[in-house]
Amino acid sequence: MCYNKIPFAPLTGERPGAKSSDQTAGGYRLCFRFQSCRNPKHVRCFRAVYVYLYGTDFVLSETKRGYFLFMIEMHHISKTFRVARRNAGMREAVKALFRREYTEIRALNDVSFTIGDGEMVGYIGPNGAGKSSTIKVMSGILHPDMDEGTCVIDDRIPWKQRKEHVRNIGVVFGQRSQLWWDVPVLDSYELIRDIYQIDTTVYKRNLDELTECLHLSEILRTPVRQLSLGQRMRCEIGASLLHDPRILFLDEPTIGLDAVSKIAVRDFIRRRNREHGTTVILTTHDMQDIEALTERILLIGKGRILLDGSLQELKSRHSGVRKITVSHSGGETAAELAEQLPEGIVCTENQPGQSSFAVDTTRLGVSEAIGILSGKLEITDLSVAGATAEELVVSLYEEFAI
Amino acid sequence: MTTVHGKSNHTGILRKYCTYFRIRFTSGLQYRAAAMAGVATQFAWGFLTVLLYKAFWEADPDAFPMGIAQVTSYMWLRQAFLAMFNSWTVDGSILSDITGGNIAYELVRPLDIYALWFTKNFSMRAANVTLRFLPVLIVAAVVPAPYGMSLPAGVPAALGFLVTMILGAFVTCALIMFIYIFTFFTMQPLGVRMVFNAVTDFCGGNLVPLPFLPPALAAILEYTPFAAMQNVPFRIYSGHIAGWDILRHMGMQVMWLAVLVLLGALLMKKALKRAVIQGG
Repeated sequence: MCYNKIPFAPLTGERPGAKSSDQTAGGYRLCFRFQSCRNPKHVRCFRAVYVYLYGTDFVLSETKRGYFLFMIEMHHISKTFRVARRNAGMREAVKALFRREYTEIRALNDVSFTIGDGEMVGYIGPNGAGKSSTIKVMSGILHPDMDEGTCVIDDRIPWKQRKEHVRNIGVVFGQRSQLWWDVPVLDSYELIRDIYQIDTTVYKRNLDELTECLHLSEILRTPVRQLSLGQRMRCEIGASLLHDPRILFLDEPTIGLDAVSKIAVRDFIRRRNREHGTTVILTTHDMQDIEALTERILLIGKGRILLDGSLQELKSRHSGVRKITVSHSGGETAAELAEQLPEGIVCTENQPGQSSFAVDTTRLGVSEAIGILSGKLEITDLSVAGATAEELVVSLYEEFAI
Repeated sequence: MTTVHGKSNHTGILRKYCTYFRIRFTSGLQYRAAAMAGVATQFAWGFLTVLLYKAFWEADPDAFPMGIAQVTSYMWLRQAFLAMFNSWTVDGSILSDITGGNIAYELVRPLDIYALWFTKNFSMRAANVTLRFLPVLIVAAVVPAPYGMSLPAGVPAALGFLVTMILGAFVTCALIMFIYIFTFFTMQPLGVRMVFNAVTDFCGGNLVPLPFLPPALAAILEYTPFAAMQNVPFRIYSGHIAGWDILRHMGMQVMWLAVLVLLGALLMKKALKRAVIQGG
């Protein structure tokens, strides 16, 4: 086969000047790095090979190792849980003693995606969509259904080579704690040092760096039970990075944090990705996390990957709508105005002195809309905004009915 | 290159579990008040049982399968090392990790879960017994003849006692591991623990030394893993098991240890495979 001849430079640990490049082909998003070669001909060639390979549902590992690399490859992964169900009540409970009814729940249904080395990906979806299950599969602690699908992360199958695999990854489960409750954070860190057999000098270096970036110096000597949630989360993230993992899974890392802590955590994750090239996969319900951190988002619903694209792309696709907020004095009240508006502009909020309008830009330009409004209202202040990420996600959830 | 690497890995792996042992052991040593309370109970219970067996012995010395000195030594050793051989000490944090889903964080470490939990259990028991055994032994040695403890029945007995003690402790931990493993399947440790306690206490010679059971039953039990725990070292100490029998019992212990660990590790693998990490 021809792919052995593709002149991408072999990947090494250090990649000065390497940059990722994204191409879309056959519905998959490709991310790869090439060191010396930026020839578009090679990109086309690569794409052809990829499509060719995925036609057979395979990426050969020696190919991957030599010429291009996906950090994470998930192909047709499914996970079914058996759940015992019964109705409420005494009779049903007695009946369940003899015969239990099980329903099968497909937590993951044919999930496929690839993530490149050094990428940051936001993984979103409503509660129960399968985000955490995916993270658990990728971190090797959940066995997917065996009959179908493959998952290869950095040349390993997570649940089969769990011990080797987890050495390479850092995981933060936002709703759990990996730190010892009763002892200072440093004790937990030292246990982690011994578990991963981190070299003393490396440990020292990493600890210093993490202490500085996450502002831990004040809190490392405090017992975990006396830390605030934000402080604890910073320590949790620090704990998952002591062993220099190449991949970081963050399962709702900002859950329950105040604004300051959230920003600190986001800054740190961004910095880590930039300076260490750590691949980051982040699940969250906070769209500001996504906006601040990731270019690419994966949307999952009812166990299926529904969307894989960049946030910008999505925004431009979905935000034909602009929101115009005006403060006004005197003149007609907005309520009267609302009835006389032309098509493409709707009054969404109406308070004395301030009103909001949604403009469908496919039917009415923003400047026309402003013209119409200013002709009818005595405007004192005005702002135009695109859809927020939050609204975007709500519209996505509606679109896919999840 | 590979061999050097393999070697350093090997010692490294041991070091990981040694760290766990050290931490668990030292943190276990903190609980001095609990240990004092435990020692007091063990004295009371020890005196009661010794008096009870002496009363039986006086009624009919010929019907006794062991000498009275051997029984008293057995009883005091049982009391002194109860924290090591009892069937009810389990690590609650492991059980709650399984049922609550925090096991996720154990699984993302490059550790063997079986070895890790075995180490945790052993170190916890070692810490408990370190705090408790000396006071009991010292007092039992000072108490006068029919009620007190005698010295080991010779050098081979003393050596055999030490070795089989350690083996017995390992067998106990290997058996305890099944409580955790079954909890994966039942998600509720209570039932497993109750059955386990009853069976182990009876079959392991904790309630009554095995020679006191009906001979047919005792003969069968000798071949079970339960007899490979405290039964062996305590009877070797007082010379009830002597000569080549010491080696035979040691062999049984080693055999059961291997079988239990292999079976446990295998079942654990199965359990982890179908394990659902509870909670979101």
